[in-house]
Amino acid sequence: MTAFACIFVPDFPVQALLRVEPDLRSQAVAVLEGKAPLEKVFAVNEQARRAGIEMGMTKLQVEACPELVLRTRSPLQENSAHAALLDCAQLFSPCIEDAGCDTIILDLAGMESLFGPLPKIAHDIARRASDFGFEANVAVAANPDATVIAARGFPRVTVIAQGKEAEQLGSLPMEVLFVDGPDPDRVQILDTLSRWGIRNLRALAALPEIALSERLGQGGVRLQQLARGATSRTLVPVEPPLVFEEAIELEHPLVLLEPLAFLLARMLEQLCARLSARALATQEIRLQLELDNGSHTKTFHRTLRLPVPLLDEKIFLKLLQLDLNAHPPGAPIATIHLSAEPVRPRAAQNGLFLPPSPEPEKLELTLARIAGIVGENKVGAVQMMDTHHPQAFQMRRFVLEDVRPQRSQTSAAKAENFPPSCPQSKDGMVTALRIFRPPAFATVSMRDGVPARITCPKRKQIDGEILWGAGPWRSSGDWWEREGWSRDEWDIAVQQESGIALYRLVRDLLSGRWFVEGTYD
Amino acid sequence: MSSSSLCCAEMALGRLPGFLPKSGPALVLERLSQMPRLVAVTPASRLEVRPAPEMVSIGIRELDSLTGGLPRGCLTEICGPASSGRTSVLLAALAAATRREESCALVDASDALDPASAAASGIEFGRLLWVRCGGADVGPQPSAVSPRPSAFRHQNSPSGFDPPGARPERRSPGSAFPVEQALRVTDLLLQSGGFGMVAVDLGDVPFRIARRIPLTSWFRFQRAVERTPTVLLAITQAPCTQSCAALSLKLRSSAIGRNSSGKLSAIGSQLSASSHTHLFEGLKIEGEILRSRLERKPPQSVRTGFTTKTMPAG
Repeated sequence: MTAFACIFVPDFPVQALLRVEPDLRSQAVAVLEGKAPLEKVFAVNEQARRAGIEMGMTKLQVEACPELVLRTRSPLQENSAHAALLDCAQLFSPCIEDAGCDTIILDLAGMESLFGPLPKIAHDIARRASDFGFEANVAVAANPDATVIAARGFPRVTVIAQGKEAEQLGSLPMEVLFVDGPDPDRVQILDTLSRWGIRNLRALAALPEIALSERLGQGGVRLQQLARGATSRTLVPVEPPLVFEEAIELEHPLVLLEPLAFLLARMLEQLCARLSARALATQEIRLQLELDNGSHTKTFHRTLRLPVPLLDEKIFLKLLQLDLNAHPPGAPIATIHLSAEPVRPRAAQNGLFLPPSPEPEKLELTLARIAGIVGENKVGAVQMMDTHHPQAFQMRRFVLEDVRPQRSQTSAAKAENFPPSCPQSKDGMVTALRIFRPPAFATVSMRDGVPARITCPKRKQIDGEILWGAGPWRSSGDWWEREGWSRDEWDIAVQQESGIALYRLVRDLLSGRWFVEGTYD
Repeated sequence: MSSSSLCCAEMALGRLPGFLPKSGPALVLERLSQMPRLVAVTPASRLEVRPAPEMVSIGIRELDSLTGGLPRGCLTEICGPASSGRTSVLLAALAAATRREESCALVDASDALDPASAAASGIEFGRLLWVRCGGADVGPQPSAVSPRPSAFRHQNSPSGFDPPGARPERRSPGSAFPVEQALRVTDLLLQSGGFGMVAVDLGDVPFRIARRIPLTSWFRFQRAVERTPTVLLAITQAPCTQSCAALSLKLRSSAIGRNSSGKLSAIGSQLSASSHTHLFEGLKIEGEILRSRLERKPPQSVRTGFTTKTMPAG
């Protein structure tokens, strides 16, 4: 048995805007289009319609209505809403037809065994559409055109049994057949039918077919078949691209980050719902803000790269907040674009006897908070450089997932951990060095070619006779580069209040300066 | 004494009308046991015995035999002056933890970690989160356009340190406040959970500053790791965690050198002029238990000694 469903979003331009402003759902809203001062009403919601607002009214006319909320049409948000509608439809069927920005047709053949009987599927579709921010009409019937007419004509959920199409559609007005657009031929046919006294589909369906064909041609016969719910066609399936973007054009530029967080929360909620509908997660979130700097506009980009695929809008929001706190846009925000790079969700098998390890979601948030305290480049994992320079290392992102393959450590990984400058101890523990950052410059007096006395202005405790010394250990490198280095190292012992302390004293042979690199501890 | 307390005492002693006087102590005990507040109090004989914590290896055989290892879910303090071997022990403990495939975090208040020493100790860097304190803390900026102008320190804290759980405040980018940063970072890491070892390195922080860290901060950390598999390790110059530490170790050392004749000797006893033929071999470290909650302190101090080996330069 063939079955089709149609999701129709009435007043789509209004609902596309209300997805990110759900507080306005209970108010009368009108969407304006056109260049000022010639803006006209393009779409209204039911409350506005009840208040007497009609499409085509000028802004001046509708401003007389005090409770009416006016918004400017946003093609960006309509595109996002349409993509969300496609994602919602994909939850229930892989074969969907994009019948318009506000209409999606689904092929439900075989879906009853997965989702239950057709009425249940219809209600489930309506509920999921509501989760996506739409108040949609859903209709289920045996042919696609009947579902579209039913969804446009009946509110909420309609289920038409096979063979009952003409009976159930009969009460609908003639206008449901002509909502595709201002087609001149169809307008003429509608005028003709109106003059004949045809007011609803039942009357049209009852007309003799041959006589109708003689008077209105094939267009009239086609309309009659639609009215009877007797058309038959196959769907034109679409494959929605895996693009997850949300955008908001703001009426007034945002100056504070706090209201921005509210908008980001709603956008992230929609993004996560869409990703979840496609059984995907994300590892990269891109934020693009168009800034209104008065005379000119500029674009501000931030990218959140996550170590593991996540799908938690609260974590995303907190990470974005921390990132924006550290890197404020610097100008009022006019437009917000948020996109997510889809990836497969993380599949991790935990075990009872694995060593303790932080949860990736919590760890990412903790690292972002720590980066906000100490600075971005001050937190992470050490990566040694392949050089003999004693202090050659760099910080990299601390990622737990990278650690797992190290169980069978390859030679390359070993080389990364133990570069030539730091041979690993094979027997016993090593004497650790505590580095002074920045190095403490010192004044050293020599006796018989060896350091005899040291004074360090920055570290008062390093002052006095050198009791013992070993060295020099000469090393150099990168002499073929501009950053060449050459140095002599001494290990020295200096008397302090707490006892004898050992330091590494270094003489930079290129500049001739002495400095204390650190203390042995 | 207030009238209500008098009434309670009289009720307890059975002097109120309607109560027949019984034998003194038995009556008092009977009345006391019926008072609602005292019913909720668990007798000392029925108190839950704290389970002995799991001990993990420090990575140094001598210290393991002295202390039994590092207790999980407890705060351990290792203190000692400069060049006493604290960092060597810290790196050995971190290396042992990373060898057990545990994730570790090092909160470095002085940004003093030498990656070459850490690598030579055998630390797997993929499992070590290094937080280098002393960087700029610009705090939250509510405005997208310009930051709020004032930069202020926590004025209400008598010690000058913000409590770890307090909301971070804005600081000017130049004002480094590494100890406070270290406390806040440690708090975040412990609350996040999941680390096998969290080490707080306050080794270069002068004792006059370290002792101003409120005891409540250490207590908060100790409570955060309680009943978790995390080993919390603090490196200080002198004991400052007091009763919050389950184990407190004091280290001291003497350097070992090799003179021109190839003979090993302690550097401290050698006050002659330095010579380039000398070789710094390592540290001879002595460890002493200052405090251990895990077992009763012996009547005389227990010490152990071990040596470290200096890696060749270049």
